[in-house]
Amino acid sequence: MHTLDFLAITASLMIVLFVIEAIRRSNLNVRYAILWLGAGGALLVFSAYRPLLDWAARLLGVAYPPSLLFGLAFLFALVILLHYSLVISSHRDSIRRLAQTVALLERALEEQREREA
Amino acid sequence: MRTLLIIPAFNEAGAITSVITSVRAVFTGDVLVIDDGSEDDTGALARAAGAMVVRHACNLGIGAAVQTGFIYGMTKGYDYVVRQDGDGQHDAAQIPRLLAVLEAGSADIVIGSRFLAREGYQSTLVRRIGIFILGIVSSLVGARVTDPTSGNWAVNRRALQVLAKQHPDDYPETEALVMASRAGCRVAEVPVVMYARIAGQSSISTLYSGFYMFKVVLALLVGRLRPR
Repeated sequence: MHTLDFLAITASLMIVLFVIEAIRRSNLNVRYAILWLGAGGALLVFSAYRPLLDWAARLLGVAYPPSLLFGLAFLFALVILLHYSLVISSHRDSIRRLAQTVALLERALEEQREREA
Repeated sequence: MRTLLIIPAFNEAGAITSVITSVRAVFTGDVLVIDDGSEDDTGALARAAGAMVVRHACNLGIGAAVQTGFIYGMTKGYDYVVRQDGDGQHDAAQIPRLLAVLEAGSADIVIGSRFLAREGYQSTLVRRIGIFILGIVSSLVGARVTDPTSGNWAVNRRALQVLAKQHPDDYPETEALVMASRAGCRVAEVPVVMYARIAGQSSISTLYSGFYMFKVVLALLVGRLRPR
């Protein structure tokens, strides 16, 4: 086993453990954890068992197996970024609706005070 | 017939007092300023000048500010809502011109266009090119307008129902127009005169005009794909 393999295994193991710990401390919503766990797990399996990576690369026609790993990692990064854009958009809508509601409620309160005065 | 004038304003402390004063000289209905989370005294000055004020806790953008005004007009049962900008570009003396079309019942949304009759402030070159392109786009979409970015609107309750429920973000006028006409609202234009802003900064810089055009064109094309 090369030093690089050892490094890769350690790194992916740390990702998986970190995600699990984050869920346990409820810092990370399980909904978002699924993506990370999946990616960390895939990374761990591929780096721990090199023949699997070679086999998958041959199957897909990838000449240099480690580039398959890079490809997968990049794809994952794209998916999670897109996912964040969706989440941000929906949060933006919620914040907007909340701020509008608060503003109108404040105005209603003010009107009531004016009537009572 | 009760009419509400809504004025969305963000950091317009330099202009808001004179805008409201000139409005109240010619307009007898209610005036609502939507202070979109200004960092200056816009809200307090507007209240001192005699307008009602609603204040967003944070800056949400012009689209949301206008929508807040529409929601207020909707829930308070106003028959007509007129929109003016908080920077002094629009002239309150022209409100009756806008309202006359609504009262005649020939349209649900009336836009004050600075290009139907060529008088007054005609905007910068870059913006005029953008407005020209958007004119083509909006005619493609089916609403015949010469000034789709004008913020000088008057709407009746039918349009209010549509616009209070859903209103686009950022630079909302063109999108809102297309959205409302797709929802069955009839659109008409009347010529108005506009002035260069009194003070402060436009929310659209020259650099942003490009983004503006791209965003609106994209939104219009995507908007056609959305379910009605």
